[in-house]
Amino acid sequence: MTLFEAYPLLLVALVKTGILLFLALTAVAYLSWFERKVVGHIQSRLGPYRVGPHGLLQPLADGLKFLFKEGVEPQGADRLVYYLAPFLALSLALSGLAVIPFGPAEIEIFGVRTTLAVAEVELGLLFLFAITALGVYGVALAGWASNSKYALMGGLRSSAQMISYEISLTLSVIGVVLLAGSFNLREIVAAQQGYWFGAVPRWFLLPQLVGFLCYFTSAIAETNRAPFDLPEAETELVAGFHTEYSSFQFAMFFMAEYTAMVIASCLATLLFLGGWESPLPTTGAFAWTVYLPTVVLGGGGALLLVDALRHHRGFARGVLALLGALLGGAAWAVAQPMILPLVQGPFWFLTKVFLLLFVYVWVRGTLPRFRYDKLMAFGWKVLLPVATLNALVTALVVLLRESGGLAGVLR
Amino acid sequence: MTEGHLQTYVPLLIHMLVAMGLAGALLLASRWVGPRRPSRAKLQAYECGIPPLGDAREPFAVKFYLVAIAFILFDAETMFLFPWAYAFRDLGWFGFGAIGIFILFLAAGDIYLWKKGVFDWNR
Repeated sequence: MTLFEAYPLLLVALVKTGILLFLALTAVAYLSWFERKVVGHIQSRLGPYRVGPHGLLQPLADGLKFLFKEGVEPQGADRLVYYLAPFLALSLALSGLAVIPFGPAEIEIFGVRTTLAVAEVELGLLFLFAITALGVYGVALAGWASNSKYALMGGLRSSAQMISYEISLTLSVIGVVLLAGSFNLREIVAAQQGYWFGAVPRWFLLPQLVGFLCYFTSAIAETNRAPFDLPEAETELVAGFHTEYSSFQFAMFFMAEYTAMVIASCLATLLFLGGWESPLPTTGAFAWTVYLPTVVLGGGGALLLVDALRHHRGFARGVLALLGALLGGAAWAVAQPMILPLVQGPFWFLTKVFLLLFVYVWVRGTLPRFRYDKLMAFGWKVLLPVATLNALVTALVVLLRESGGLAGVLR
Repeated sequence: MTEGHLQTYVPLLIHMLVAMGLAGALLLASRWVGPRRPSRAKLQAYECGIPPLGDAREPFAVKFYLVAIAFILFDAETMFLFPWAYAFRDLGWFGFGAIGIFILFLAAGDIYLWKKGVFDWNR
């Protein structure tokens, strides 16, 4: 009897982790492609288009190039800490993915029924905050260990920024915890089930609009993204905390940042956008919406095939046609009655996450960078009081409603 | 440890170990695959082309310490707010009043820091 036969739990966990990390890293790589493409078009450029059709093989080329470059270790750098920083940044960012549930369905791996999350942690929300909060170590240590003034300044600035916005980040979700009465991400989504007036989804987005705006603003600052990308302010700080990093050590910071973006978007979806709940009722006149995944995948596949045949030749045509065929196959697969109910949750969840990631990129392509003093002032003087007030007002409203309005309180 | 905890935390631990292994493997792979041709000029800290003056291990602005201290104070606030948010339906108006007073104290602290100019980066 092997170890795995004795503990099927181990094997299932390993399989799920493997699949999740593979998908996440692919998503992160293509998020960089997506961002360059979208920002390019916002600025009336084409973005990457040389490596593969539409630049689709660019992430692969980037990864290989990073791998084959020389990793320079600057003079006077603290060697251990210098390598520890990217390691911490990436491994912590990837660890956060473990507690994110991707859908309500249960699947069977090697005869073990299991959920669409690596770990079902009761305090999932707190775990995510704990893990993302540790991300500041990667930045601070990298800035300090490089023995470069630009890196040090960038590291200090971004640590100060991250800890400042982290408070608003945690405070802004208190409203959600108040409404849902739980830290369990599944229970928070369950609390958002149903529809107002039969059509408006009961997501926390509406009652917690202020909380959502606070959360998303803080999340952008927390992940060091534009317009709060002061740590990387290239016009003043070269590249901030990773000035002295090259080769894959640099790529690891990049991957960590993009993974943090994905996690922040997943969390926003779970807390405010109803997680995997469909925005439309799936009964009655809207029963056809269960076939939306098929329509989206099939339509995407058809577009790719048409594009391949009309505008591309040779290798590019082959790549696009292969992708189109894969999407078409996936469209056929998700329409099967056995798989159909399984993909509903993940489909809506990933669609919302994708939309939020698009907003991230859109914001970067639209807004100019903040001045550092304004950034700190905004975090402490606006965001923090607003998030605190939001929590208090939410509590007040919930209490008033449960005790039957003002009359109930005075009685 | 109960069966339930095992179900929860063993996969989490495995995931974290795999993530660390992956990060470590990438770090080692790039060291192993990439070339290694150090030279004096290449190893210098980058200061936009001018020879670097001194090193970076020097004192920095006290502002950063102040922000760090303010962070610890307000992080403690969130630490108390979270359990309240979880249990506030049972605590009812008493809990609301108590947390209100607590937040009032913190607001006073925030205003004090504000007036002292901790958040005004240019002073």
